Amino acid sequence: MAGLQLKRLNLGYNGDVVVHQVDLTLGAGELGCLLGPSGCGKSTLLRSIAGFTQVLSGEIWLGDERIADASTSVPAQDRGVGLVFQDVALFPHLCVFDNIRFGIESWSRAEQRLRVDNLLALVGLSGLGARFPHELSGGQQQRVALARALAPRPRVLLLDEPFSGLDSELRARLANEVRGILKADGVTALMVTHDQKEAFDFADRVAVMRDGIIEQFDAAYRLYHEPRTEFVARFVGAGDVLPCTVVNTTQVDSPLGVLTSDQTLGYEPGQEMSLLFRPDDLIHDDDAEQHATLVSKQFRGSHFVYRVRFDNGVELGCLAPSHHDHELGADVGVRLEVEHLVLLPK
Amino acid sequence: MALTPHRRFNAVTLVALAAGVLVCLPIATIVTLGLVGQSDVWGHLVDTLLAQYLMNSLGLVIGVAAGVLLLGVPSAALVSLTDFPGRRALSLALLLPLAFPAYILAYTYTGLLDAAGPVARWVDPRTLDSIRSLPGAALMLSLVLYPYVYLLARASFLSRSASTLEVGRTLGLTPLQATIKLALPMARPAIVAGLTLALMETLADYGTVAFFGVPTFTTGIMRAYYGLGDAVAAAQLALTLLAFVALLVLLEKYSRRKLRYFSGASRRSHSRVRLHGWRAGLAMSVCALPPLLGFAVPGCALLWWGMVDARDQWWDLGPMAASSFGLASMAALLLVMSALALGYAERTAPSRLTRGLTQIAGLGYALPGTIIAVGVLIPLAKADQWLFVMFRDYVGVNVGLLFTGSVAAVLVAYGARFTAVSLGAITSGLGRIKPSLDEAAMLLGHRPLQIVRRVHVPLMRGAVLTSALVVFVDVLKELPATLILRPFDFNTLAVRAYELASDERLLDAAPASLMIVAVGLIPVIYLNRSVSEAKY
Repeated sequence: MAGLQLKRLNLGYNGDVVVHQVDLTLGAGELGCLLGPSGCGKSTLLRSIAGFTQVLSGEIWLGDERIADASTSVPAQDRGVGLVFQDVALFPHLCVFDNIRFGIESWSRAEQRLRVDNLLALVGLSGLGARFPHELSGGQQQRVALARALAPRPRVLLLDEPFSGLDSELRARLANEVRGILKADGVTALMVTHDQKEAFDFADRVAVMRDGIIEQFDAAYRLYHEPRTEFVARFVGAGDVLPCTVVNTTQVDSPLGVLTSDQTLGYEPGQEMSLLFRPDDLIHDDDAEQHATLVSKQFRGSHFVYRVRFDNGVELGCLAPSHHDHELGADVGVRLEVEHLVLLPK
Repeated sequence: MALTPHRRFNAVTLVALAAGVLVCLPIATIVTLGLVGQSDVWGHLVDTLLAQYLMNSLGLVIGVAAGVLLLGVPSAALVSLTDFPGRRALSLALLLPLAFPAYILAYTYTGLLDAAGPVARWVDPRTLDSIRSLPGAALMLSLVLYPYVYLLARASFLSRSASTLEVGRTLGLTPLQATIKLALPMARPAIVAGLTLALMETLADYGTVAFFGVPTFTTGIMRAYYGLGDAVAAAQLALTLLAFVALLVLLEKYSRRKLRYFSGASRRSHSRVRLHGWRAGLAMSVCALPPLLGFAVPGCALLWWGMVDARDQWWDLGPMAASSFGLASMAALLLVMSALALGYAERTAPSRLTRGLTQIAGLGYALPGTIIAVGVLIPLAKADQWLFVMFRDYVGVNVGLLFTGSVAAVLVAYGARFTAVSLGAITSGLGRIKPSLDEAAMLLGHRPLQIVRRVHVPLMRGAVLTSALVVFVDVLKELPATLILRPFDFNTLAVRAYELASDERLLDAAPASLMIVAVGLIPVIYLNRSVSEAKY
């Protein structure tokens, strides 16, 4: 059974439609992510699941219960949805223990104690139950917020840019840690973020959103290697797009010559398309036959990202081994390593 | 009732609406009566007295503006940007004059400079008597009102200047140059806001100018109403004064607009410039003089008179203190409740209506007590007449004057004048409870009333207390509205002090004045703590 299901969902305020016809299904125990630039409607989508935004049309299902459509809406407090807020939103007048206990006060004392202690252990804060929120670091606060949201065993956990207030190193570590915690508890969760790395660290599948539409919902690997639109290609990872013409079922004619794919392309010969190049599709190799001019370079520790210009003016990103530190303007050998071609509609 | 914006209208909005209408009542009365009413006296007023009122009020405003800037800005800059012996103590002492109502300061100095007083031994009494003049009134008002400028300027200097001043230093400015070129322009919106507050109080002042015999708009309104018995002329004068006040409100709004971008306070303590030798001495005098003249000297005088000359007056004070404190408590309770209604209406069902109500309620504080009193008295007297006739003819009961014969009228006037004060503390308290806290509690299964009890009540306790305290003290000091609207034979401490002083029994006024000042000290100390806690 699906953990969370959105069916042809339309959302908006004051006559503006912010989210258009969104379909999305998360399996039970699956971790999903809504990734997109600010203003794409991802937070609105999240708030509609929590019950803070009304549905214009379409349906929201949790398990086998329909919790919202255009005419009915289960009140937020009865949905069994947990939410981790961007601004943490811990109750400042309650200690950590009481914050986590807040949603399970109807349980027996012993059960409360056990649940809170287990959660504190799960998020790695055992022994800090008596502290107050202002006595904790930003990362610790976010972990308490997570424990508080998990305490009543929500049917789905929502996370609204939960790490955006933290520094980048802590952010990456927490995204991974939280993933581990949720997987261990078998929680279905949906996170919102604009940070691609965070999305990849956290989620099983990522939905890339733009202007209120989900452009693609896929595992990170496929988003990177098989993007369906140019927006997804550019938003997920670096890359360049070149114009090309389809020659036959496996070949295209591009500014870099005729290229062959290992898969059938599925487009008519003669069709004008865009061809996506990732930096890892072009490798620097001193022995290569093809040459290009080195325009700029970024050192990344384990490797270089070069930017090279071919004689016909085409510029592309290119990977180079870490010890190949060529001068700018040098003539360097490059080799195309394109296995499958990613063609995007023009 | 939901705690986050969902509905356009709810029960709280109704209460808020009632509070809003109450505040509008005096303004509406003044405007209608002033524009529509026919007065025989008005023409006469325009020919004879209006020019004088205008010149005196304007002169007072200019004098006080110069005074509060001179007293407030340099001292604020010194205590926040430099360090010298006694800085911490002086930074608190500079706030103390806020506890003195200007009219009490005026009696006290008059007593001190009296021909029979202690100073007259060394100085010619005729020069001393010149305190009872326009410049004298401006000086008195400046001495108690400069803390507004000081307080806001200090907050601005402390919050923003630190890193910017350091940047200035690295770019080759001396500390003094950096202060003048960077810190002062950055603090300007705050200084203007403080100045506006001080000038509003100046225009609202009645006690000082009446005592010094300087005819201004406020005394003119009183005279037209009581001396000439012409309500329309009073309303027309009030309307003219209202135009002045509106100008100040606009000025304040304009500066507020700029205030927005210096709210980001940095917690980092910054290096202060250490002053030595004669520089430290100069800084100490600049910071010590205003509290000395505005608090210590008159405070000691009052204490002396109260303990020695007017010892026997304390006994008579009992009933007045009781009625003062009772009235202030009632007003505080009422105003906190109406502020809570307004605050929650704006939070739960925000609409153009609630926003308009809050803004109108905010205007009340800018209205001088005399205007409010006249604006409240006229409609309530009408209502009283109507009710009296109603009850006499249909029920056969003599109910007397329900509003104007009881403290109800006074409370309505306080409501109109001080809602802004109580609302300020409540909205800032509510603002600190982020909407996400409500949402978190809701998602954890709690219903709206539970959320209020479990989350809002504990978090709002401080704000409610502040709100009540500030109203309490303001009511205790209030003079003109109480003077006009109080029921017959009902005396408060402020009225008592004013009456004794008007009868030239200056020393006898000391005990009542002392009580007012002592209670007035509480919020001042509280205010200093809340500003310091965040910034030191």
